[in-house]
Amino acid sequence: MTGPLDLQSLCIDLGPRRLVDLTLTIRAGEIVTIMGPSGAGKSTLLGALTGTLPAGFALSGRVRLDGTDITDLPTRSRGLGLLFQDAVLFPHLSVGGNLGFALPARIRGRAERQARIDAALASAGLAGFAPRDPATLSGGQRARAALLRTLLAEPRALLLDEPFARLDADLRAQIRRFTFDRARQAGLPVLLVTHDPEDAEAAGGPVLSPLGENLRPAAKGAARHRDRAAD
Amino acid sequence: MTTAVTTDLLRLAPVLTLGLMVVPVAAGLAGTLAPALKNGGAGFAALADWPGLARAVALSLGTGLGSTLLSLLLTIAILAAFAGRPVFDRLRRLIAPLLSVPHAAAALGLAFLIAPSGWIARLISPELTGWQSPPDLLILNDPLGLSLTLGLVAKELPFLLLMALVALPQTGADQRLPVAATLGYGRIAGFVLTTLPALYAQLRLPVYAVLAYAMTTVDMAMILGPTLPPTLSVQVVLWMSEASLASRDIAAAAACLQFALVIAALALWRGAEALAARALTATAFHGRRLTGLDRPTATLALTATAVTAGSLGAGLAGLALWSVAGQWQFPDALPASLTMRHWVDSLPVLADTLSQTLIVGLAATLAALVLTIACLRAESTHHLRPGPRALALLYLPLLVPQIAFLPGLQVLAARTGMQGTLATVALAHLVFVLPYVFLSLCGPWRAWDGRIATAAATMGASESRIFWHLRLPMMAGPVLTAGAVGLAVSVGQYLPTLLIGGGRVETLTTEAVALSSGGNRRLIGAHAMLQLAIPALAFGIALAVPAMLWRNRRQMRGIA
Repeated sequence: MTGPLDLQSLCIDLGPRRLVDLTLTIRAGEIVTIMGPSGAGKSTLLGALTGTLPAGFALSGRVRLDGTDITDLPTRSRGLGLLFQDAVLFPHLSVGGNLGFALPARIRGRAERQARIDAALASAGLAGFAPRDPATLSGGQRARAALLRTLLAEPRALLLDEPFARLDADLRAQIRRFTFDRARQAGLPVLLVTHDPEDAEAAGGPVLSPLGENLRPAAKGAARHRDRAAD
Repeated sequence: MTTAVTTDLLRLAPVLTLGLMVVPVAAGLAGTLAPALKNGGAGFAALADWPGLARAVALSLGTGLGSTLLSLLLTIAILAAFAGRPVFDRLRRLIAPLLSVPHAAAALGLAFLIAPSGWIARLISPELTGWQSPPDLLILNDPLGLSLTLGLVAKELPFLLLMALVALPQTGADQRLPVAATLGYGRIAGFVLTTLPALYAQLRLPVYAVLAYAMTTVDMAMILGPTLPPTLSVQVVLWMSEASLASRDIAAAAACLQFALVIAALALWRGAEALAARALTATAFHGRRLTGLDRPTATLALTATAVTAGSLGAGLAGLALWSVAGQWQFPDALPASLTMRHWVDSLPVLADTLSQTLIVGLAATLAALVLTIACLRAESTHHLRPGPRALALLYLPLLVPQIAFLPGLQVLAARTGMQGTLATVALAHLVFVLPYVFLSLCGPWRAWDGRIATAAATMGASESRIFWHLRLPMMAGPVLTAGAVGLAVSVGQYLPTLLIGGGRVETLTTEAVALSSGGNRRLIGAHAMLQLAIPALAFGIALAVPAMLWRNRRQMRGIA
């Protein structure tokens, strides 16, 4: 269990336009969903949280993780795990190599590291996949490998950037359940960014717009309507 | 602490790189201008009295403008007629090998093919011509510079095609061409009217570089060009090799004139661009579909490609044959016997020349790769984006003719006692290798998926770990390809080696050009073969190593 992820008056402006205005606390094991159509500042929010906001955006407010102010830390020191829409596995490394890249260096010894990797793969139904080329994995396998890689780096909070959007409908529910279960098991605060109301519903926690409006309980209808409009 | 030092060095990399290209050019131009102006411009006065001046100037302008225009029109015709068709993939595969042939080797091959005692004459003699001995005809070194123009086109066409292929996807051609086709336009008209303007905007600098090179090339003009008088650039080198100080002043004055000619030609070209653009708009307004152009243009493009690629290939094959030929008398199409004797006999000399070529080439290429990667790293670390001005500076050593600034640089090198060492020659090569290495690597480097870096950073990976473990290994193919390009450029350099090397550094190219007037075809053949072998080997490695590294990584294949 880790401490909460705190967004304190986090505001992001692009010129005169306010894209993000959020004050919220995500406790360990809780999933908060930020929902809105594309272009509504969702990816901007993730850029601000990971420290990869492009030049031109004005950021104010603070981000605290487990009591530490991480607003100005470099990405690598923030302790935030991130999952993208695509798995973004490193194409030049094997599946095991990808997981090894994430595993902290303090776990020493080839055998010990390999054992951790194998155990992680086995826990996700990917036993024996370590030497495989990531390009040969199915969509679901890739999504699971990406989540394992993120978790092996021992993050203290998890950010999900529409990680289910590219998956087939039947696979989506399965991977979503897998991801949420693993995040809760790890006891991490989770911030989910999505435009899909089903994601928000499955997450079960509070649902907000990037500007902090509460989209629950009337979330379903309103969000669906917005979604259509965005399409 | 170390990270701070590294970041500072990285921040300096773009400045250092641009400086390495701008300073030698500027210093060299100043060094050329000074002797031309001294004694009240005696050099210019003597130049004006030289009876060959008008003809040398006309040759420089004629061969330069003619070959550039021809190369550009053929590039457009090939793209317009074949882009997106299966035959295009076959043409595309010809580009890299043709491009990696050093200019001197290409010229020597062509020279052997078309000379009165060359292969074509041998194939049709004595049956068709009745010649029992080589005829006394000025086919090679013809006074109009036609063989020089052909040689230039054979080398420039692949370069422009490659540059056009790089730029084409950014022009929206895949949408514009179908739109034009559905409106009833022929392929050629559709391409020229809808895609060419956007394409040419990106092709402009390469075209200017081609024009500046074609007007001022020395090695190709020495082998293929007219004599008495030769082109102005060749005459500059001849004057420079004379001992008297007076002839050095004339050489400096002629180099200045040559530079002015290039600027005038570029201005002329620019004016023609404006006229062509107006003609294009007017044609588009009239709405003629011009479908009749398609078939003749396709035929023309295919024929031209076959002639240039074929003559280059046949010429080089002829040189290869010469290097192992025993007795080979005139009207015989093939040598009477084959032997390795010339190779064995000249091995000690060849090995020495080869090693000097490789040392200079590898040093310049390695330095260019390090600087280029440092620049590209600085770009992403400090969010720098090179503007159009920085890009123009990158082209500076390609736009300012070598003959205009290398004589001045030679004077500076001689005064500072740096002339004639391998290191100085490598440094001079670096000026010309850098732009090509940068242009070759920057595309694939910038196309790298930045989310990989973000993903790695969220796992706690440092900037340097991301660079060494992710980006650099993933770029292995493009880096090796850029290295091969750099090595090919260095191997092909003639004038920098000749002038900065001061006769003490001899590479395969300087040797081959020096041999070209002598007529020992066996030795010329051997040098040309080695000239070809180095880039071929380098490109081979650039293909083989990634294929081996990524044999089990499907997504990595095709990134080269």
